[in-house]
Amino acid sequence: MTMSDTRTPELTGGALKRQLGRALRRQKLRALMLIAPLLIFIFVGFLMPIVSMLMRSVENNIVVETLPQTIAALDSWDVDSTELPPEPVFRALVADLQVAIENRTALNLARRMNFEAAGWTTMMRRAQREMPDWDLETDGPFRERVLDLHRDWGALETWRSLKAYSSPYTTGYYLAAVDLTMVSGHVEAVPDNQALHLMLFWRTAWMSGLICFMTLILGYPVAFLLANIKERHANLLLILVLLPFWTSLLVRTSSWKVLLQDQGVVNQFLVWIGLVADDNRLTMINNKFGVIVAMTQILLPFMILPLYSVMKTIPPSYVRAAKSLGANDWIAFWRVYFPQSVPGIGAGAILVFIMAVGYYITPELVGGPSGMFISNRIAHQWYVSGNWGLVGALGTILLLAVLVLYWVYDRVVGIDNVKLG
Amino acid sequence: MSQARADGFVVFDRVQKSYDGEVLVVKDLNLSMPKGEFLTMLGPSGSGKTTCLMMLAGFETATHGEILLDGKPINNIPPHKRGIGMVFQNYALFPHMTIAENLGFPLEVRGIGKSEREAKIKRALDMVQMGAFGNRRPAQLSGGQQQRVALARALVFEPELVLMDEPLGALDKQLREHMQFEITNLAHNLGITTVYVTHDQTEALTMSDRVAVFNDGRIQQLAPPEDLYERPANSFVAQFIGENNKLDGTVETINGDKCTVRLDDGTLIDAQPVNVSKAGERTRVSIRPERVESNPDRLARDAHLVEAEVLEFIYMGDTFRFRLRVAGRDDFVMKYRNAQDQRRLSAGDKIRIGWRPEDCRALDA
Repeated sequence: MTMSDTRTPELTGGALKRQLGRALRRQKLRALMLIAPLLIFIFVGFLMPIVSMLMRSVENNIVVETLPQTIAALDSWDVDSTELPPEPVFRALVADLQVAIENRTALNLARRMNFEAAGWTTMMRRAQREMPDWDLETDGPFRERVLDLHRDWGALETWRSLKAYSSPYTTGYYLAAVDLTMVSGHVEAVPDNQALHLMLFWRTAWMSGLICFMTLILGYPVAFLLANIKERHANLLLILVLLPFWTSLLVRTSSWKVLLQDQGVVNQFLVWIGLVADDNRLTMINNKFGVIVAMTQILLPFMILPLYSVMKTIPPSYVRAAKSLGANDWIAFWRVYFPQSVPGIGAGAILVFIMAVGYYITPELVGGPSGMFISNRIAHQWYVSGNWGLVGALGTILLLAVLVLYWVYDRVVGIDNVKLG
Repeated sequence: MSQARADGFVVFDRVQKSYDGEVLVVKDLNLSMPKGEFLTMLGPSGSGKTTCLMMLAGFETATHGEILLDGKPINNIPPHKRGIGMVFQNYALFPHMTIAENLGFPLEVRGIGKSEREAKIKRALDMVQMGAFGNRRPAQLSGGQQQRVALARALVFEPELVLMDEPLGALDKQLREHMQFEITNLAHNLGITTVYVTHDQTEALTMSDRVAVFNDGRIQQLAPPEDLYERPANSFVAQFIGENNKLDGTVETINGDKCTVRLDDGTLIDAQPVNVSKAGERTRVSIRPERVESNPDRLARDAHLVEAEVLEFIYMGDTFRFRLRVAGRDDFVMKYRNAQDQRRLSAGDKIRIGWRPEDCRALDA
């Protein structure tokens, strides 16, 4: 047997590539199987809810599904007209509602339309009582009978909003989320006494920024100390920093209530030393002050840890070099040490800000009406009003705001410069 | 010490240092350097050499004693007011500044105007052949280039004293040898006083005017490189600098600058008394491998010869090395230059070796 008999035939171009692909596929598949449980969990528990939230913020099929014939008949009616729709529309309405009452979907329609104008529940209740007995063939014309049922059927606004929400998708929730509304096909600002969301978005943003700044001011020296003392002492200090993580968030927030309330520890102390009059105690809870204090404390570790991990990597020789070159302590810190700790500041700031923007429990417990965040409004819309579309719209705007922020941050600082550990 | 205090440009006067209040890292350090000298502190790690440098720079405080710079005590002067240039082990170039900004930093904090600053930066960069790199960042330079920049930065504000803390430790061998040459040239041309810390003895020997060998918190010997190698003051220095054979024994006779030593196996050898003063004292003698002579014709007629057996022959290109068994020890080394007329010995050969008395120093036991 010669050598050439046992030699593997040499592969060219495509064949070699295919063989390599086959050899690697098994490895890839095995690696994928290892992380499959996590991927499935993320998909089901994280991606799907977000997608469903996005869908809910634009979906609007209740009207078109409940009143298909009415919507079709309304097609020829002009929203700007001053006349009520003609008889065929009323006839279609009766036909649709009879089906809806049979299928028990009429009240869903009422709940949906109530987000736009009040009164739909009564209109539907009356329809439910009367309409099933009407005969479509013999009892016409229906215009007068429907108008008799509830006077709102005679209002142009009713028909205009029906037509406005007749398409299966709507921008209405997003308009509502930024305090706008659609009136007769035109976008208008909602009355000032109803405008709430923009103010809440703005408040959430500036208070999160302030909290972020406070954690930086308080956390920077702690992180510096951690990075520059003996390891033994640093470990002890690190445990103190991490200790709050082992305490329930609810407990920590509640303890601020104990400290800051009218009869709380801080007020009692201030009264005792005579700084504050007994009948003029400071209001430090159920307002913005309480939220800022409590959230600064709660989010502080998220600023300290990234700062610490960056500062630990700054060799002490830099500051020494600066001093040997003639810089005093301040210049050595400001010109040499501080610029190198900026990636840590960036990481801490973005972490704290994003967490603060979505914070719910603390503003809920110590915020009161004036310290409410946008997330509290979202929760309210969800479990009090059940307006899932608006919840989706508000949530999506919040998500987009964070993503835009992240993008801007990446352009300015560079995400690669951020070190979390 | 008072005479030295008056003379020296840099003076350590009975300096002690302890970090924990229990162990002295630096014990009773006395050192005086004239202006313009290139002095190397050499020693194993933990010998106190870096601590001494840090005390001089002002980053550590002496627990006892005084450090003087140009006649003035500097113990209480903070580092940034000492005006001492320093080159760090890992260069410590500020990564967020360009090379020019790095060099401008010491000038800026001294309030030097922009145009003068630029002229000085250019001169300093040209001095280390880095003139074209002013706009780069440190991370864009190679190790050797960073080293040059670090040197330029330490010199740009024209300090009279420059400290270097193992500045070549991170470079490869070839570059290191080249930089050794450049640094010494620069230091001598500019007439600056330099304190250089290293644990590399070759570096110390090739660069310095004087070398201070540190061990156990003390200077073991402070001498020019040649003295250090040829005339080590004690067995630590002999052992630390260069290759060295050591043999233990007792002084038999002593006569001026010559003595005989009876080794522990009974062999009698010639030596020069250094740390011994009378017969009967224990001693450890030190002989350099290249001073061992295997041709008795080249030695004095009355020289004492020693029986030796060749255990191993190692060919090293420019030299031959032989490992010998001498006086019961298996680690005795003899070295020859690779020359035409040299005898090639092989393992198992029985030979007689000897040395001139002045090449064999009887040191402390």
